[in-house]
Amino acid sequence: MGVEGIGARVARKEDKRFLTGKGRYTDDMSVPGMKYAVFVRSPHAHAKILKVDATAARGMPGVIGVLDGKQLLADGIGNLICGWMIHSKDGTPMKMGAWRPLAHETVRYVGDAVAIVVADSVAEARDAAEAVVVDYQELPVVIDASTALKAGQPQIHPEAPGNLIFDWQIGDEAATDKAMAAATHVTEVEIHNNRLSPNAMEPRAALGIYDAGDDHYTCYTTSQNPHVARLVMSAFYNVAPENKLRVIAPDVGGGFGSKIYIYPEEIVCLWASKRTGVPVKWTSDRTEAFLTDAHGRDHVSKVKMGFDANNRIIGLKVDTIANLGAYMSLFSSCVPTYLYATLLSGQYDIPAIHANVRTVYTNTAPVDAYRGAGRPEATYLLERTMETAARELGVSPAELRRANFIRSFPHQTPVIMNYDAGDYEASLNAAMQASDWNGFAVRKAEAERRGMKRGIGMSCYIEACGLAPSAAVGSLGAGVGLWESAEVRVNAVGTIEVMTGSHSHGQGHETTFAQLVADRFGVPIDSVNIVHGDTDKVQMGMGTYGSRSGAVGMSAVAKALDKVEAKAKKIAAHLMEADESDIVIENGELKVAGTDKAVPWFQMALAAYTAHNLPAGMEPGLKEGAFYDPSNFTFPAGCYICEVEVDPETGRTKIIQFVAADDFGNIINPMIVEGQVHGGIAQGIGQALLEGVHYDPSGQLLTASYMDYAMPRADDLPSFQVSTSNTPCPGNPLGVKGCGEAGAIGSPPALINAITDAIGNNALTMPATPHKVWAAINAAN
Amino acid sequence: MYETQYHRASSVQDAVSRMEAAGEGKYVSGGMTLIPTMKQRLASPSDLIDLRHISEMQGITVNGRSVRIGAATTHYEVASSAALKAVCPAICHLASHIGDPHVRHMGTIGGSIANNDPAADYPAAMLALAATIVTNRREIAADDFFTGLFETALEDSEIITAVRFDAPAKAAYQKFPNPASRYAMTGVFVAKGDNGEVRVAVTGAGSNGVFRQAEMEAALSANWSPDALAHISVDASELLSDIHADAAYRANLVKVMAKRAVAAA
Ligand SMILES: Cc1cc2nc3c(=O)[nH]c(=O)nc-3n(C[C@H](O)[C@H](O)[C@H](O)COP(=O)(O)OP(=O)(O)OC[C@H]3O[C@@H](n4cnc5c(N)ncnc54)[C@H](O)[C@@H]3O)c2cc1C
Repeated sequence: MGVEGIGARVARKEDKRFLTGKGRYTDDMSVPGMKYAVFVRSPHAHAKILKVDATAARGMPGVIGVLDGKQLLADGIGNLICGWMIHSKDGTPMKMGAWRPLAHETVRYVGDAVAIVVADSVAEARDAAEAVVVDYQELPVVIDASTALKAGQPQIHPEAPGNLIFDWQIGDEAATDKAMAAATHVTEVEIHNNRLSPNAMEPRAALGIYDAGDDHYTCYTTSQNPHVARLVMSAFYNVAPENKLRVIAPDVGGGFGSKIYIYPEEIVCLWASKRTGVPVKWTSDRTEAFLTDAHGRDHVSKVKMGFDANNRIIGLKVDTIANLGAYMSLFSSCVPTYLYATLLSGQYDIPAIHANVRTVYTNTAPVDAYRGAGRPEATYLLERTMETAARELGVSPAELRRANFIRSFPHQTPVIMNYDAGDYEASLNAAMQASDWNGFAVRKAEAERRGMKRGIGMSCYIEACGLAPSAAVGSLGAGVGLWESAEVRVNAVGTIEVMTGSHSHGQGHETTFAQLVADRFGVPIDSVNIVHGDTDKVQMGMGTYGSRSGAVGMSAVAKALDKVEAKAKKIAAHLMEADESDIVIENGELKVAGTDKAVPWFQMALAAYTAHNLPAGMEPGLKEGAFYDPSNFTFPAGCYICEVEVDPETGRTKIIQFVAADDFGNIINPMIVEGQVHGGIAQGIGQALLEGVHYDPSGQLLTASYMDYAMPRADDLPSFQVSTSNTPCPGNPLGVKGCGEAGAIGSPPALINAITDAIGNNALTMPATPHKVWAAINAAN
Repeated sequence: MYETQYHRASSVQDAVSRMEAAGEGKYVSGGMTLIPTMKQRLASPSDLIDLRHISEMQGITVNGRSVRIGAATTHYEVASSAALKAVCPAICHLASHIGDPHVRHMGTIGGSIANNDPAADYPAAMLALAATIVTNRREIAADDFFTGLFETALEDSEIITAVRFDAPAKAAYQKFPNPASRYAMTGVFVAKGDNGEVRVAVTGAGSNGVFRQAEMEAALSANWSPDALAHISVDASELLSDIHADAAYRANLVKVMAKRAVAAA
């Protein structure tokens, strides 16, 4: 591996910048003449807009312009769209209601943008925003998805009668019903997956710059996928054609999914820049982030799992209602369908599965992908059900899982996915050993003597990463292909720039991608720069989400490196008058194998650019590009075990230990992988113990600040014990699977299984706050 | 934040005259409550009169059993005062669990008491220690000072200059923090005076703010031990319910925290 190659624990190159405050985020960007925007937002969850009167606001100090939704409409700016078409089981397409970047007729959630104020300072813009008088006629509100489906509820979009967006299914219902009828035991549970706020450390921001001279727009924005932003803004929102729109996502301080989507604000800032003639910058404050960043999860499911007499699962039936909020965000439709129900087989050999999913409009913030996106919902459902079944059947939860593991690969599940490789028993054994599972009874007895309730729980998760084979997702309704592109540019002095369509917003690509190059050419990672996040520098890319940057983004880099390597070898062979097939690259030199003849890497590069002595017919220069389209998803999997102590008097849960045993395939940088797992588990623990978005019945957000939205803090978390046992992924050249979401996917059920084990009551929903746990203890007694 | 005029007062008198000259003035001490409120545009004082640099409002004096804490004393100073710890460790412990280090280095006891947040910690200590709130005009018994949610007996432009109390024979504070804000979801301060008087004050739980729990006081006067509280059932009807905890749970916490406080005292 070398000290900086694949598998090396290299310290992150980008951390110097981040840790010394030298990062450059969208809000750090400043251009001459730049002014500041504040949005006028709806204080009502559902209302008709009768009138927007900006007369007073326009006359206020520092105000450059106040623009509203009617002007936006008049200028031809399009509706925001959902880019993944789902058809209901009756064959009808999903019922997408119109989402205007600035509402001009109806507002549908608290925070819906109505107007933009541009002024010399943020304070003046805010003053003027308060002076914009919007005349609303309030309408009835519904915030809960199950309620929204009932008769007589408020109708949120005319396009979606009864607030139903689609009623979709997957799997074989008849076969599943048959299996259920034949089952000797059926476990039935209702599973709630709580709504979460993404809480990236950096709030969203946008800087729109219109250049009248060139009729050209530049948008700095907090995006996980600037090329997708450009594509969508030009193809659908009519902001500007692609060649007239440059999107730059500089340093981005965390995304977790919430920065995949194209939101109203970036579109409106670009348009407002043209309208007002000044560059327009908007930065969200934290409460705006709570109100308007796309939320995650919010499912309610009814589950039936059927077993035969040998405790083998013979069928699984799931009925899910997913709350998509007031509008369909960019990928909202695929999260509760293809990213969720396709994972319902988990690590288990289940012959028959059927899932029905209804998605629903409510007067709440839009819901879309959040770290894990669909897979945490599937894992939580399945692993809570497995645990419940083990309790009902009176068998060890570990052995019930073990008995049902898939053991031969490839494995075709009844819900589309074809698992390529895995060893679920290896992670189960590793986690059980690391947690001293078998010694738990002694620890429980000791805790009991101290008056504490001790519990242990596990979760065996699988996820699908490396999104995704383009033709496959296209056939399932995706509006885009999910390949990735890369370009490797070897400079004349031998230093290397890698242009990638992946986007790093905390993942450490500047290090891991450079390690790939260092491994291939034996050059120091300091001589390799990773360039990303700018549509003018990188020709095209699909961005970073779904743990795809390793499996797809790096595979594209590997393919481009293949081409560079081939040409470099040709040049070296020519220089040394050797056969191309005898050239090996080692320690920054191109050598003739078995001889002492060598050309340093930089000399080969120089030769490529001087072009004085190249093989006949060869083009000068050394720059190669590649597109990589994966042939399958990748399937990271693992086993998480959590041990807790609950204080029965207060219901407070303390996590005693948390063990993660993951299979991520080959690993480029173990330190970064561990960091990803730590962060993911912290978020999963946040979901399970602390976090939850609450709206009151009138649609006001009660958790609009950290006073009420509980984020995990260092003292809520134990020291994690993480390990990996890796089966290489056969589907991509690097054998990698992806590790960005696993922690958030696998951890919530392990924790809830542990708490319910401790308190002897299985009826507990997330977040398991002290109050709820205390109530569950009392209900059990 | 709306525009405001900042004043640094040099004395209590100076602060009062600046306040009286101001249109819609507000005193600022640590600013840990007031400044965020202004940033959210929920308060818009025309003038901010800073009390932190007034020397007569600073410092901790322990004279035998009698304690005086200047109103501008920070939570950090209270938490780390050796003199105070020697006579009343409970209040140091309380101060050390307010907010985070930033808040403790800025926030002050006077600001906390004047604000009387129903989930703040100090009001429980003041009630249980039978403290006297000293202002530029008068002395107010803690029992008369805290009058409701964010309400106190303070009059316009009145300044808390210090708090005074006699060190208790025994005391402890137990706080069950709100998982989000880490303010008290329920906090109970128990104290037994040198004269034998027992006081139990509860914060975070009351729908009308901090209050004394008479039944517990009686039980503990008879028998200062956690067991003395075993049979008390706390009435939930006067307690807060919110998204974090309902009144029944808070009633339970009042009892559990009280028992633990007695055990710790
Ligand atoms: C993140 C965070 C966490 C916190 N956690 C806790 C916690 O766990 N427990 C807790 O109890 N508190 C907590 N607080 C509140 C903190 O203790 C504040 O310091 C306190 O509530 C107010 O004190 P201050 O000195 O900052 O007052 P300021 O914010 O300056 O003033 C508050 C109010 O009191 C008035 N005032 C100030 N001083 C005087 C005076 N001497 N006389 C008359 N009126 C005066 C002001 O006019 C204002 O109305 C937290 C605050 C933050 C920001």
